[in-house]
This record gives sequence, C-alpha cells and structure tokens, in this order.
Amino acid sequence: MFAYLVKRVISGVLVVTLVSMAIFLLFWFGPTSPARTICDNETGNRCTPARLDTYERTLGYQNPVYEEYGKFVKGVFVGRTIIASSNEYQCDAPCLGISYNTKQPVKEEMVSRLPATFSVAIGGAFLYLLFGIPIGVAAARRRGTLADKALVSSFLVISSIPYYLFALLTWLYLTVTFEIPLFSDTGYFSPITEGPGKWFAGMFLAWVALGIFGCTQYTRFTRGAMVEALSEDYIRTAKAKGLPARTVVYRHGLRAALVPVVTIFGIDFGTLLAGTIFTERIFEIQGIGWWSLTAVREKDLPVVMATALFSAVVLIISNLIVDVIYSFLDPRVRLS
Amino acid sequence: MTSVPVSQATASQDPGMSDGPFLRVEDLSVTFPTQDGPVTAVTGLSYTVDRGKTLGIVGESGSGKSVSSMAVMGLHDAKSSTITGSIRVDGTEVVGLSESKMRALRGNSMSMIFQDALAALHPFYKIGGQLEEAYLVHHSSASKRDARRKAIEMLDRVGIPQPDRRVDDYPHQFSGGMRQRAMIAMGLINDPSLLIADEPTTALDVTVQAQILDLLQDLQREFNSAVIIITHDLGVIAEMADDVLVMYAGRCVEFGTTRQILTRPEMPYTWGLLSSIPDVTASTESRLIPIPGNPPSLLSPPSGCSFHPRCVHQDKVPGDLCVTELPPLVAASVGAGAGHLKRCHLADPAAVYLTEVLPEIAPELVQETR
Repeated sequence: MFAYLVKRVISGVLVVTLVSMAIFLLFWFGPTSPARTICDNETGNRCTPARLDTYERTLGYQNPVYEEYGKFVKGVFVGRTIIASSNEYQCDAPCLGISYNTKQPVKEEMVSRLPATFSVAIGGAFLYLLFGIPIGVAAARRRGTLADKALVSSFLVISSIPYYLFALLTWLYLTVTFEIPLFSDTGYFSPITEGPGKWFAGMFLAWVALGIFGCTQYTRFTRGAMVEALSEDYIRTAKAKGLPARTVVYRHGLRAALVPVVTIFGIDFGTLLAGTIFTERIFEIQGIGWWSLTAVREKDLPVVMATALFSAVVLIISNLIVDVIYSFLDPRVRLS
Repeated sequence: MTSVPVSQATASQDPGMSDGPFLRVEDLSVTFPTQDGPVTAVTGLSYTVDRGKTLGIVGESGSGKSVSSMAVMGLHDAKSSTITGSIRVDGTEVVGLSESKMRALRGNSMSMIFQDALAALHPFYKIGGQLEEAYLVHHSSASKRDARRKAIEMLDRVGIPQPDRRVDDYPHQFSGGMRQRAMIAMGLINDPSLLIADEPTTALDVTVQAQILDLLQDLQREFNSAVIIITHDLGVIAEMADDVLVMYAGRCVEFGTTRQILTRPEMPYTWGLLSSIPDVTASTESRLIPIPGNPPSLLSPPSGCSFHPRCVHQDKVPGDLCVTELPPLVAASVGAGAGHLKRCHLADPAAVYLTEVLPEIAPELVQETR
C-alpha cells in the first residue's frame, strides 16, 4: 500500500510537470506576446512596440524558453522577484507568478477564490448523491415499470440539454421571470464574515442547477449498477437466507452497486473542485472557474498556468483517493 | 398458524410434528411472462421427500429443476411469476404464503445451497459475517458473539481448517472446495429440516466433489433432514439419492427409486442420460452416445410428448401418438417395482431397454439383468 502510494505520487508529480511544460510552451509560442497584457495594463493601453520590448526583456520573454521555465519552477520552491519594466514585484514561495492583470501574486488570489469554488463543489456533489442514489435505487427496484421508464426518459431529456443552457435557463426563470426572492442574490458570500444564511442563499441556485443536472447522471449510474447487482447470484443467496427485502437491497445490492458510483463520483468531485466555469460564470460566483475564464480571455499567462496546474493537481489527488477508497470498498482489490 | 412470523419453536426441530412426508409438492406449475409470451417452466410436478431421505432431480439445463426448487423456497418474484399447485412444507402450504411468513421459513427450516459458491457468496463481506447474518436473522435474541461462535462451529463442522481464523476471510481467499463448504455451513447454520442443493459440486474438481458429497451425507444423517439434490450428473445421483425424479421440458418424465431408475429405466430420455455418461473403463474405441438435438424451447413446446423430436424410439409407437398426445405419468411396467412412474407411449419400454439400449451402453450387464 505504501509503495503503491509512493509510486502514484511520483507519477502524479510527473504529470503535473508535463502539464506545466505544455501550458508554458503553448503560451510562449502563441500568437500574442505574454508580456502584452501587463504592458497594456501598466501603460493605460498605450503599449508601443518599444515599451512591449522593454516588458518582454525584463520579464524574460526574450531569454530561451527552458531558462524561463526553470525560473518559474524555481520560484515555486523558493520564491522570486519579478521585474516588469520599471516595477518590481516580490513573489514568495510557492510563487506562481503575479497576475499581469491585477498585479497581485497569483497564489494569494487563488487562495481567496478557493472558498467559493469549494462551496459550489461540496453543495453540488452533495446533491448529486442525495438525489441520484436513492432515485437510482428506487428505479432499479421498479425496473421495467411505467414509473421507471418515465423517470429514465425524463432524466435522459434533462441530461441531453447542454449544461450551460440548463444553468442559464434555471437562472433566467427563477431569478428574472419569477423573481423568487430566495434566488435573487446569487454569488459567493463568506459564511464567516457575512453569515451562513447569506452564504446559503447566494449558493443555493448554483447548487440546484448543478445538483439537478448532475443527479440525472448519478441516477442512471446507480440504476444500472443496481440492476446488475440485484441480478447477481449472491442476491439470491441473501433472499434464500430469509433476509428482509430491505436488507437484501441495501446491504447486499447497494453495497456492491456503490463501487462504480463512488469511482465516478471521485472524478466528478475532483472536476468540480478544479472550478466550474459555467456555474460560476452564470451564477456570478467568483471562484477558480470564473478566474480561469477571465485569465484566458485577458491572456493573463501566470493565472492560466496556475489554474491549469491547480486542476491537474486536484484531479490527480482525487484519482488517487478514489483508488485508495476502492481498495477499501472491494476487498478483492489489492493496491500494488 | 398466526400472523406472527414463525417462531423458533415451530422451526420444525421435532420430527413428530406432522404426519406424512416433510415436503409434499403437488401439481406444481411455474409460469413466467416474457416479451414473447408466457413460458411455463414447470408443469404439473408432484413429488414428496421424507425426513432423512434424499431426492435427486436430474435433467438438462432448462428442464425446470432449479425453477421448481426455487418455487419451494419461495424465491420467485410474485410480480414476475405465476405459481399454481401446492407445496406443503411440514404441513404448511407455502404457495401463496405471505412474504413475511415465507421469510421466516426460508433459511431456517428449509435452506438452499447454490452452485458456484464464488458467485453465490457476497464478494465484499467476510465469510463469518455472511454466516452470522444467516444465523441472526432467524435468532433475533442471539448476540453478535453467539452468532460468531455459531459461525465458527459450523465452519469447523464442514471441515474448514482453523475456522476461528478463516472466519474472517473473504470468499476470494477461500479455495473452490472451501467456498462450497462455507456455503453448506451457511445453509445448515439454522439446522434446516429441508436442504435443497442445486448442483452443489458442479464447479468443483472430482476429489473435492466426493468430499462435498460425503459431507452432505454426514450432515444429513446428523440433522435427519430431507434433502433435494439437483444435478445433471447421474454419478452424484447414484451416490446420494434414495429417489430420482427425471425432468424434461418442465415435466416429470420418470420417477422411481435410484435403483429402479439406474437399472430399469423406462423412458427414452433417461436412457439417453445414462448412455451419455463417460465410462472410464471402456475402450478408447467406444464413443459417447449423446442425445440428439437440443432441449426444446419452452416458449413453444413440442406437441404431444415433449421429448418426441429427439426420441429414436418413436417408430415403435403406433400411429403418430408421440406427436399428438402427451403421455400420462403412469406406473411403469409390471415387475419394475412399486412407485416407479414413467411418461412414455412405448408399449413395453422394459423390453426395448434390455434388447436395444443396454447392449449399447453396458453390454457386460445384459446377461446379469436377464
């Protein structure tokens, strides 16, 4: 188990390194100079070729790419000073650079945006399971009946709608058309400084949209896994022992059906934690997803690097956690 | 019986409770609706099993062996099956019995051992836990500790070495034979009066097979339980069964004592089963004689005798009786012994067997039998 974890961590570090290299290179050789953003920003959009040249030189974009990548990596571990034209920015380890837009250290901005994204992810993921699993189990137990068919097909309709459209329509109808007060003030509010009530009200609509859309998938996964589990020989054995139907379905059926559901959930939860671009943008939640979207639009290279690396790290960690949980759920699985 | 689930006391530990056979199945039919129409998997099946006796049910896949036994256990979903006829377990009618009363019997006074114990045991729970669960569900007053002690005791009884340690193993950590033993231990943990073993040795190698069969016989003697053993292996029948029920296409086609069925069979299907047994002492020149054709589709069963499309003795029956009329289940020819029933139009099946079938499958026996 320990050797397995070490192996996985090493391969995870390798993946993160490759991801960071890929993004660095893509921007380096991209059609616009990465220095242009900060040049525009600091000169009030009067970035002449001469000024741009100064920015490129001071930021190191005229040095060989490997040298600059090396500086970036070094900054992550020991911090560094970033010079842009005549300004100097101190960036402490772990330094992910400074935003060319806000000129704040990327790391600090990321930390300030994490609570919003985590709020979205935890609430949404909770609803995935809260609705998805019980509805899936109920459908599996009634498989083939009218109720099951109606449920499966209506859920299929919901999940066939593109998510951004679904979320946008949810927002439009609930806040604009019907003006439901509970949903009127969406966005992230700190539960500590602004009170849990405001936090909850601000997140609620995002959770509903994410939860309803996501739970359709979980219903289908659970239903499928459950139908399969309930047709297994060990379910017949459990019945033959004289166990009550509830015990047969939950302790014997659901226990087995949960394994694939947990696997998918781990990956989905990781994706949510890495930032939900549509949800955050539509419901005006200033999280990682929104931030990365803005950064791409404004060609804010250090922020794009940071958000991409963050999502890679989160996904690698959640994958690892899923594998470890898997070995606890299924005693036949040995990690090696 | 009241509406309260059967209590421990009525879990039929005392053999004198009711007269007659422990299990009496009468005119049992099981029908499943399918997309292509209803399928009658078992038709008009009747048999009895006494305490301490073993009934062997033989037949090909799809002949209704397992379906009829699952009906006895009440394992068919009431919503997707229709069961008619009568099944009396120790005097209690179980056809139409409420699920809660049925549950009190299941795993308690009657239990079932399934083939392929790897699939039949839950892969995520420890062997001990699965045994304890079977015990606790019928002993609501027992503690977890009692149940564990009982589980270890049962594992010991079925010959699992170091049962106090192996009780915490998962099914995949057991060998095939040990898993089947654990399965048997689970089936017997509540001292059932009726044990149904559905191909208990099919997935096992021959030496383990023999051990498991011995074990079943020992335990049967110990518990004085009625046993139904479902198999397609006539070797298992010869070793285990007192009576044999041969099923074909959902019907009983021949019934008798093991001796009657193995020495004087009167139904061409039974002959077919006997002639398809490999004989290790035979010369390498001799060939197995398979039964031609395939088991019939239960969706559209053949007219008349359901075996007629595969029967090579049809020409000895006048007219096309085999095709038009279902032969009744009647007493076998005089001299074959009491209780021997067959379902065949042949006028003198015993003579056909002696002159045509026996010389082919066991020529050395022809003289003796005459």
